[in-house]
Amino acid sequence: MAIEVRIPTILRSYTGGAKVVEGAGDTLNELLADLDGKYAGLRGRLITDEGALHRFVNIYVNDEDVRFLGSLDAKLSDGDTVTILPAVAGGALGFAAAAALLQR
Amino acid sequence: MTVPTGKCRAVRGKLGVVLSIDRSIMDAIIAHARRDHPDEACGVVAGAAGSDTPTRHIPMDNAARSMTFYEFDSMEQLRVWREMDDRDEEPVVIYHSHTATEAYPSRTDISFAGEPGAHYLLVSTRDPDTEEIRSFRIVDGVVTEEPVYVIDASVDPHAVQSYMFGQSPATVDYECSLGR
Repeated sequence: MAIEVRIPTILRSYTGGAKVVEGAGDTLNELLADLDGKYAGLRGRLITDEGALHRFVNIYVNDEDVRFLGSLDAKLSDGDTVTILPAVAGGALGFAAAAALLQR
Repeated sequence: MTVPTGKCRAVRGKLGVVLSIDRSIMDAIIAHARRDHPDEACGVVAGAAGSDTPTRHIPMDNAARSMTFYEFDSMEQLRVWREMDDRDEEPVVIYHSHTATEAYPSRTDISFAGEPGAHYLLVSTRDPDTEEIRSFRIVDGVVTEEPVYVIDASVDPHAVQSYMFGQSPATVDYECSLGR
């Protein structure tokens, strides 16, 4: 069963520069395990030590964010496309919090 | 403020050295930041892959609608990133505003920075009358500031004005303006 996986620039060092790779699995969890067998370390960039989806990435199955599909339990079928994108987020919050700490 | 000589243009496109951006796009980014103030504004400027030239301004929703945090809506991001892919573009600039603090990447910004090829442009709107604009590369947690050259195409396509607000002179790469 082949699932097309689109890899963002920042993670292509794990795939030998490949933008699109193929993997297999009935769920996202299985797919990531399969990919980690071929591209060691990739899974660790997507999953936290606690086993949850990392806050710094967005993963989509076809047109849907997996957070709305059961996260790592999201079901996959042959021919699905999984897209990984770096979440784009940030802001002054950390700075303000750090500044507050420094002023104590 | 330095107005570099024509020789400066030679460094355009050299990764991590300078951000060259058209005035109309810079004005649109500043207008977006002012409009959303006091919430943080965010967006992308796409450009042809490998060109390092930002040409298509895409204001994004701040899904967090916060004064201290911004976050692209994940579905909007998927749509925009696919569109860039289809057009052979990449995110040349990723911008956001800080509305009460300086235009410098926060720890949060650095933790999230996931586009090593992008110029991270920050606009501070803390002063209603002054634009504070700074640009950075953020790769593997390392922040490198770079000068911003605003190109005034409507006046003179060769006219280049540089903005280096708040930069310490020690960190500015002036290699192009030393007459070499």
